[in-house]
Amino acid sequence: MPIDIDITKVARLARIGLTAEELAHYEEQLQVILEHAARVQALPTEGVAPTAHPLPMVNAFRPDEVEQTLDREEVLSQAPDREGPYFRVPPFLDE
Amino acid sequence: MDPADLTIAEAGARLRSGDLTAVDLLASVRRRASMTEAILHAYLTIDAEGATASAVEADAALQRGDDRGPLHGIPVALKDNMVTRGVETTCSSRILSGYVPPYDATVVERLRAGGAVIVGKTNLDEFAMGSSTENSAYGTTRNPWNPDRVPGGSSGGSAAVVAVGSALGALGSDTGGSIRQPASLCGVVGMKPTYGLVSRYGLIAFASSLDQIGPITRTVDDAVTLFEAIAGHDPSDATSYRGDFPDPRADLGKGVEGLRVGIVSELSGDGIQPGVAAAFQATLDRLAGAGADIREVSLPSTEYALSAYYLIAPAECSANLARFDGVRYGPRIDGATVEAMMSATRRDGFGPEVTRRILLGTYALSAGYYDAFYGQAQKVRTMVSEDFKDAYAEVDVLVTPTSPTTAFAVGERADDPLAMYLSDICTIPSNLSGDPAISVPVGLDDAGLPVGFQVLAPALGEGVMFQVAAAVERLSGFESRPALATSLGAA
Repeated sequence: MPIDIDITKVARLARIGLTAEELAHYEEQLQVILEHAARVQALPTEGVAPTAHPLPMVNAFRPDEVEQTLDREEVLSQAPDREGPYFRVPPFLDE
Repeated sequence: MDPADLTIAEAGARLRSGDLTAVDLLASVRRRASMTEAILHAYLTIDAEGATASAVEADAALQRGDDRGPLHGIPVALKDNMVTRGVETTCSSRILSGYVPPYDATVVERLRAGGAVIVGKTNLDEFAMGSSTENSAYGTTRNPWNPDRVPGGSSGGSAAVVAVGSALGALGSDTGGSIRQPASLCGVVGMKPTYGLVSRYGLIAFASSLDQIGPITRTVDDAVTLFEAIAGHDPSDATSYRGDFPDPRADLGKGVEGLRVGIVSELSGDGIQPGVAAAFQATLDRLAGAGADIREVSLPSTEYALSAYYLIAPAECSANLARFDGVRYGPRIDGATVEAMMSATRRDGFGPEVTRRILLGTYALSAGYYDAFYGQAQKVRTMVSEDFKDAYAEVDVLVTPTSPTTAFAVGERADDPLAMYLSDICTIPSNLSGDPAISVPVGLDDAGLPVGFQVLAPALGEGVMFQVAAAVERLSGFESRPALATSLGAA
């Protein structure tokens, strides 16, 4: 059963700029993998609770105390572009 | 004997008796690396300066009686997805080329506190996605037993350096088998701890509910040593286990007399290469001869585990890898808008396997498909865990071959993602359940390639897992080393 994949939309959501040819290639591969993965739908899972995590977990709290944080200059030194103490990015709103 | 061929335990004894210095041990290991790296390409970065300083410090500390424990002065390697302050960390991806982290991962801090000497960073499949180390943006690592073969993956670099002695131990990370499968293919020991026992702080995340750091070593005893050094609660990892766990070394020498050992019916028949099946059966016979009670058990949901994994892991990966967007670290490809910049940067920075998994995960999580794919996979995950619980009501440990095949040829599965994914069929279930598992080398197949034997135990069952693994190691008497290492050791 072919899986319904809008590969252009998926790539846009993932913010990966692919060419038409690359999109077609990935769509084909995703078809094969998803057809295999769709086998999970064959199992009767009525009443089975989903597992998001292997351990039963509750929130991990700690005292709200000031601790040593990363050195700002050391962190900013890795940025591709910066302005003073800020990361710099291209405009994200249209004019 | 060349010190590069010592186990961690042997080297530790010689460092303390004064027969060996940490500086000389490091020099041997580096010599081994310089003679093997042209063939293997297992290291991405060798931190010559940092390692020398650590070795000098380790010797001085021992001189003044400041013994930091069993890793004091021991050269170890780190998979290059664990961040190291001041030392480039790339995850084998172009998107992190040149990245110099501003902090150390918790495991790195613990190794340093224990006096370990960090030799360098090892190659992996990009972002730990793969089973062959062919998906590295910086070139393929080769198998030390036969350079035409893959070392397995994704921790292929870590397994290869331990196999040849260009580190005495290494850390890998295991999301679907990425420690155990390369250990199996390279003839060394590799262990995935119970989820939450080892901090993931500073491990660059692939699939957070599955990832776990663990040791790769030559012996089971050394694996226990390295595991003990890195395990324990860490407030910086919200998923870190807070309780006590049993002494993993307590039962190491006890043997298997009376222990109930379960063979998994679904993972011992079809698709297992004859050489692997033969070595597996020979090990079962030895265990039975040593008094183990061998039984067959069924994990009926196992056949769906791989499908569930290839929805859950990509889903988590697509969320985790959203942070690589050309803003805070790594290279940037310019664009007129922030979206154009991000799309261009990510297209250029991620290789094909990572791109494939991000797309897969984005799809599985997207509106309209969530319930049918991701939601259903999470329910299968519950069923896999329930199967394990049922099995452990009847047996103490489960055993399987680690990998259905020995090392395959470089390039053989590169264009067939599904065939590559099948490499992990025996290892994936324990990542879904969060239980511990270990691979121990038990022999060579007809082509002279190593075969690994996997021991699985319930959560926090490291004690019985190591107990059986140590017995398997003793009974198998596997002491072969790759010719690449022995020829150099003799020279």
